[in-house]
Amino acid sequence: MTSPSNPTPLANADRGGILDREGALAKLLIAPAVFYIAAMIGAPFVLALLYSLSDATTGDPGLRLIGFQNFRAALADPVFRLALRNTFVFTLLSQTIVIVLSRVLANALLKPFRGKWLVRFLIMLPWTAPISLGTIGWLWMFDSIFSPADWVLRYLGLLGTASSLFGGQTNMYWLGIPGLAISSVILVNVWRILPLATVIQLAGLSSIPKDLIEAAEVDGASPWRRTLMITIPLTLPIVSIAFLFGVVFTFTDLVVVYVLTRGGPVHTTQVLSSWTFFKGIEGGDLAQGAAISLFMFPVLAVVAIFILRMARRTEVV
Amino acid sequence: MANIGKIARRGGLYTLLGGFALFGAFPFYWMVIATFKEDHDLFSPLNNPFLFNEPPTLDHLRLLFFETHFVGYLLNTLLVGLAVVVITLATAVPAAYALARWARGWGETLGIGIFLTYLVPPTILFIPLSRFASFFGLQESLWSLILVYPTFTIPFCTWLLMGFFKTIPKDIEEQAMIDGLSRLGAMTKVVLPLGISGILTVVVFSFTLSMHEFIYALTFISVSAKKTVSIGVPTELVRGDVFQWGPLMAGALIASIPVAVVYTFFLDRFVAGFTMGAVK
Repeated sequence: MTSPSNPTPLANADRGGILDREGALAKLLIAPAVFYIAAMIGAPFVLALLYSLSDATTGDPGLRLIGFQNFRAALADPVFRLALRNTFVFTLLSQTIVIVLSRVLANALLKPFRGKWLVRFLIMLPWTAPISLGTIGWLWMFDSIFSPADWVLRYLGLLGTASSLFGGQTNMYWLGIPGLAISSVILVNVWRILPLATVIQLAGLSSIPKDLIEAAEVDGASPWRRTLMITIPLTLPIVSIAFLFGVVFTFTDLVVVYVLTRGGPVHTTQVLSSWTFFKGIEGGDLAQGAAISLFMFPVLAVVAIFILRMARRTEVV
Repeated sequence: MANIGKIARRGGLYTLLGGFALFGAFPFYWMVIATFKEDHDLFSPLNNPFLFNEPPTLDHLRLLFFETHFVGYLLNTLLVGLAVVVITLATAVPAAYALARWARGWGETLGIGIFLTYLVPPTILFIPLSRFASFFGLQESLWSLILVYPTFTIPFCTWLLMGFFKTIPKDIEEQAMIDGLSRLGAMTKVVLPLGISGILTVVVFSFTLSMHEFIYALTFISVSAKKTVSIGVPTELVRGDVFQWGPLMAGALIASIPVAVVYTFFLDRFVAGFTMGAVK
């Protein structure tokens, strides 16, 4: 790099030269980041595409292209179909719940009250603490014998005797029975994303100009009408952002399912990311794993387009 | 009457917030209980699990620190986190500065393009990257994590810093350049010190995001001594098929709380990145 010698940027003769050199300098400053992204995101992504069209395994990772066989094989596999459905169901259910709860919570957090920093810290813990460690806490709470929820149910007489509401067995087996395991996974996903959505909604709510609401109040608009006509339309972009990011994080998450159930019992909580891991890494079938993971891509692409449009509309650009 | 209504509303607010705080923090409270409980007390289904039925003990902590690789996991995590911070700063700061300063058409587009790569999830990249790691002989090496983690820190931090640099008026560095500094001189001596809070944010995020990461660590590292906390605690503190819940919960708690405290301070800035400036 030639160091930009610039005695005075005002020297007319030099001006074109400096601008040229500034352009070069800009490219030089950006190059490392772009190179890193190309090498470590771009290249592996292309390799994933190639693997999905090949018959590569960990033992024999050579690339022989065999067409779309892996995608056909995946679609024919009942476990894959279950994983695909679960991924959508878990994501949409958990994120719908998250949007509703985060709105309620954000509204409450807007009000002044004592000890806000502590409440905020506790509420944010699921997002700020490493997710695998938080989830391991849930694993212990869902324990098949020592679950505190089971203890409470037994204490209240709802579990453990023949006439109990939940049956005569001593435990619920939260992660051992398909319906309960699915609910547990969704619950932990809600738990995990709620703080993020709440903070995003908080930002949205506090950005509404106060005079707008006061003006509506003066004009005699009822609280419902104010919510319907002002708060909701004005915060819709930010709610969408919260929803879209929640979707991305839940849709592609491996940790919750991996730590809680490993996809069990009998694959009933399997999702695309966990099935990718079990097939592609533990099973050593790189080609199948890559194909399974790529089924996530269309959804992510759609989300990206929405985020882009949102960014344009709000004129950040 | 109005007073009663006010008190009721106040009570409702505290109940609501208390409920949410309990929901968020309960797993961590549960870790505290398990950390200090005697095994005998912990594993008696008839004992009230919410109370200490026998005096608390430090046995689990002793076991965790002296008979497992836990301290090693912490050191590995620290090492990886710091290296990722350095790589992220070295690439994201210059890129963000250039994108913010020379951003007309292509700068903006490139900035958004870089941010969008943040949406390409590790769950698509971990299979090909595991081949990269074995090709370069980095399997079972912390280097694989150090090189791969910037794939999610660089896009996000570049975007975040772009926002920060845009808020610094151009006049300031133009003045510095008139006073005889070069463009690079103006950037390092004038703009960077003003953007220090943005840079601090990037340091915190690169570190916490590295510490949170699970999939790559799970895929690349299987030797116990090389693991980071996020995978070491959930996968190693199991003897045979038996979870050692006391030390396990102690480990999860000790590794979670400090990073959560720091993260909470910077959460608003993190979210400002997500909302892409939609909220001013």
